[in-house]
Amino acid sequence: MDRNHFELFALPISFEIDKASLSARYQDLQRSVHPDKFTNATDREKRLSMQQASIINEAYQSLKDPLKRAQYLLSLKGIDVKSDSNTIMDTEFLMEQMELREALDDIMDASDPLASLEVFAGDVEARIKVLISQLQAQFAESSEDSLKQAEAASLRLQFLYRLREEAEDREEALL
Amino acid sequence: MALLQISEPGESTAPHQHRLAVGIDLGTTNSLVATVKSGEAITLADADDCHLLPSVVQYLKDNSIVVGSAAYQAAATDPHNTISSVKRFMGRGIEDVQRDPHGYEFIETESVPRIRTVAGDVSAVEVSAKILATLKQRAEKSLGGELEGVVITVPAYFDDAQRQATKDSARLAGLKVLRLLNEPTAAAVAYGLDTGCEGVHAIYDFGGGTFDVSILRLNRGVFEVLATAGDSALGGDDMDRAIATWMASEAGVELNDAYLLRRMMNEARRAKEALTASSSVELSVELAEGQSWKGRLDIEQFNKLVDSLIKKTLIPCRRAMRDAGVSADEIQEVVMVGGSTRVPRVREKVGEFFAKPPLVDIDPDKVVAIGAALQADVLAGNKPDDEMLLLDVIPLSLGIETMGGLVEKVIPRNTTIPVARAQEFTTFKDGQTAMAVHVLQGERELVDDCRSLARFELRDMPPMVAGAARILVTFQVDADGLLEVTASEQTSGTEASVQVKPSYGLEDNEIERMLRENFEHAKEDVEARKLREQQVEADRVYEAIDAALTEDADALLSDEERATIVTSLQTLKNARDNESAAKIKYAIDVADKATAEFAAKRMDASINKALSGHTLDEFE
Repeated sequence: MDRNHFELFALPISFEIDKASLSARYQDLQRSVHPDKFTNATDREKRLSMQQASIINEAYQSLKDPLKRAQYLLSLKGIDVKSDSNTIMDTEFLMEQMELREALDDIMDASDPLASLEVFAGDVEARIKVLISQLQAQFAESSEDSLKQAEAASLRLQFLYRLREEAEDREEALL
Repeated sequence: MALLQISEPGESTAPHQHRLAVGIDLGTTNSLVATVKSGEAITLADADDCHLLPSVVQYLKDNSIVVGSAAYQAAATDPHNTISSVKRFMGRGIEDVQRDPHGYEFIETESVPRIRTVAGDVSAVEVSAKILATLKQRAEKSLGGELEGVVITVPAYFDDAQRQATKDSARLAGLKVLRLLNEPTAAAVAYGLDTGCEGVHAIYDFGGGTFDVSILRLNRGVFEVLATAGDSALGGDDMDRAIATWMASEAGVELNDAYLLRRMMNEARRAKEALTASSSVELSVELAEGQSWKGRLDIEQFNKLVDSLIKKTLIPCRRAMRDAGVSADEIQEVVMVGGSTRVPRVREKVGEFFAKPPLVDIDPDKVVAIGAALQADVLAGNKPDDEMLLLDVIPLSLGIETMGGLVEKVIPRNTTIPVARAQEFTTFKDGQTAMAVHVLQGERELVDDCRSLARFELRDMPPMVAGAARILVTFQVDADGLLEVTASEQTSGTEASVQVKPSYGLEDNEIERMLRENFEHAKEDVEARKLREQQVEADRVYEAIDAALTEDADALLSDEERATIVTSLQTLKNARDNESAAKIKYAIDVADKATAEFAAKRMDASINKALSGHTLDEFE
């Protein structure tokens, strides 16, 4: 089966996605292929069902999340954002990274680290929102130029996701 | 007298005949078996009308075995040979099982640790199998027939080794496992189907020895687990131990005697239970012959003793919410499951944490078994048109060891199963012809901080310069949450694969041997058993293919293709009545091969059908 993730859910190839349709179709698909529906089938059918259900789960995960969706859309255009060889780094982005990392490190010495972490997390969340709306515009335009921008934006988004995770880990460690 | 019915030759007998299937809650403290009878899920009682079976097994000198309340009673007088809370030892290595005081003498062996008893050394898997066999017997007596399949519940936070151990126990007990089901998901099924509730729910499952929290979205019969977290070694047992330790220090004694420990634990448990309804309890423990200690435990002191344990459950709650991407106010109900949620302090703290009173009006002991029975009924095929679908996740990340003792995550925790992921690795040295694959489970970055699941080697790779080989490692987790790993070198096609047999698991031949021994005791012929198993399998395959033909042959097969399949079915049918297990197995393989393409076509057709009605056109 060579359907791409969008085709699998019969959705148009686009960054903007109708979440309700995606989730409803995901459930419809799983209802027809999930291993629970094949407990009395032959071993071959069981295996096939497990493989199909795995593919559908994978596709759903990659379309549900904005970062993964952006990465997947770029990969469909032949751009591999996840690879380590990717070195598009503008100075502005480098500055942002350093600034935010320092801010996170400073929080641990603050008088009320939990409250400061909350402020920090709010800031990261706001930046994530801005990037997602930028990605929306960039993918809608879909010119060579805007896709380059989308690639840079998804790298920034990936960094912010990691930072958010780190902030959450630190919060957990403080509890 | 009722007349026996004989069907027309060639017509399959009663296609939707009710299959006997049960759900089993294999608990740390108590176990239960439930089934769906005339549309209603009920737990099954023993001859004395008891539903709960204490998960305790006593081994006697004459090799006989006592399971359940009689064994529980014996624990204080025969602590070394009476195994309770065996679930805590499932899939664990020698270091793990010796962490808490329990009074058993563990023997290190090449595979799993064994407990020394008067009837020989036994593994946790064998002890659990005795509990399962007791419930199997109870169910078969009550339902009047052989069970076709079971759903066994496991803590959601069980790792691969613990799940595999549970499945091995079932095999030893002669049970066919339809699915391993996560306990909180089972509770959600029972609760959700009962109330018809939709939306996001949290299941807080605090049992005798394990803690789980799952966040689920309930929607049109779909139970989608968004995230799960927990602690597979935290439960009511630990509350008892905290009280017992406190009592010992009050009494000025050490807990290094197995008899005293057992008496203290029993008294602690009684005190904990008494404190659910009153504000203080009188304590009395015999320390030695003719010498006892008397004391008193009030609720304030009790709360102080258990608060740190309760706090240990709230950290996973927080993590589960974070992984699910939901906040406390988005959670509609917090459903309390497991005996430990009877403790008022637990309810209070959980209510504070989620900022809403938790739901405590369902029976916390039975709900998991009920959910498992409902799932077993569907999986056995008794409700072919049922809309119910459970989408669960893996609780802990799966990864592989890379250079420097680091773990590279291949599948992150809380990924929906089944799932398959592949990752490419390369060689470190020039001319390297073998590679060791070390599979790990856990969240930490260092190998030493994660649980080792399995090691295997990919050999006979052609020598290449460092970094030139491309080794693709594929992880496949099935719907039971069990992992299979394959590795292949892409440029030469060298392959290796393992069904992950956990580092702390029984080897296949050990299970084989135990099964053999069991049969010797039961004076049952192993060969006859094998034949019977193949016949059951042949019937299942025959039915499955026959049903597939009826449904889809006209649409998907040419006359020729159809003829080939029908011939293989006929051969299978003839072989089935043969007296050779090997011949039946061969005929099954032939039928399986003959239907390969048909199966693939059917799968594709069902995907297309699921999306019929929604096509790309509606957007263009």
